[in-house]
Amino acid sequence: MQAGLNHYLIVSGLLFCLGLLGVIARRNLLVVYMGLELMLNAANLAFVAFSRFNDNLNGQVMVFFVITVAAAEVAVGLALIVALYRKRQTAHVEDLTSLKL
Amino acid sequence: MPAFTDLLFFAFAGLTLLFGFLCVANPLSRNPVTSAMFLVLTIVSMAGLFVLLHAFFLAAVQILVYAGAVMVLFLFVIMLLDLGEEERRKLNRVALVSGSAAVIGLAVVLGRALLAAKPMAKAGAVAADGDTGALGRILFQSYLLPFEILSILLLVAMVGVILLSKKESR
Repeated sequence: MQAGLNHYLIVSGLLFCLGLLGVIARRNLLVVYMGLELMLNAANLAFVAFSRFNDNLNGQVMVFFVITVAAAEVAVGLALIVALYRKRQTAHVEDLTSLKL
Repeated sequence: MPAFTDLLFFAFAGLTLLFGFLCVANPLSRNPVTSAMFLVLTIVSMAGLFVLLHAFFLAAVQILVYAGAVMVLFLFVIMLLDLGEEERRKLNRVALVSGSAAVIGLAVVLGRALLAAKPMAKAGAVAADGDTGALGRILFQSYLLPFEILSILLLVAMVGVILLSKKESR
């Protein structure tokens, strides 16, 4: 069996589902964030696979941009989590319910 | 007999999915440090997949930026907040059902889309190689403006982070 585009897309889709599972099922704010990273990485894998099998480098440039934006996003997000922790002394999602009616 | 690269693909894909699963739903440990370490392993095996797709530059960037910088940031924050084991609380049944329904639904949608798609051409012998030279040429010719905007974005993020984590002085 040859590893074609479909194989890579299946891996990418499964990885995205795993990330979504982490975001939904875990209660620790940092682990939720790791699930987000997993989802971004799954999208990156799909981009690179399409780029390879379409003989086109634009997808890889896109992945380069995604990695950069993800790095900036992680920095800002973690700073927000630290600021939140200073104020509320918790990193548990169920303790952060100020927006609840 | 499958080619050697196909064996490598199945090895790296299996490792990526296994480590990804252990990162989000480790049955043995609820410690965020364990999750972070498995996320590093996921990212490294994904860099292996990138190499198989001839995206050599991106594989290096993936390891340098993700496994290096981002994960160090994660571990640093875990250390700073002194987080222990995630507390086990009683699960909200409605949330559990709707969450698993969302995940399964997404998997079904993605799978059906894949099945419905027409098969694409195989990677030819002259497929795009993502080495540093080729990627740099396209980055600085076709994508120069987005590249510069991205550098501004990084600057803005840096200023924002410093402002957020500064002690309020009053």
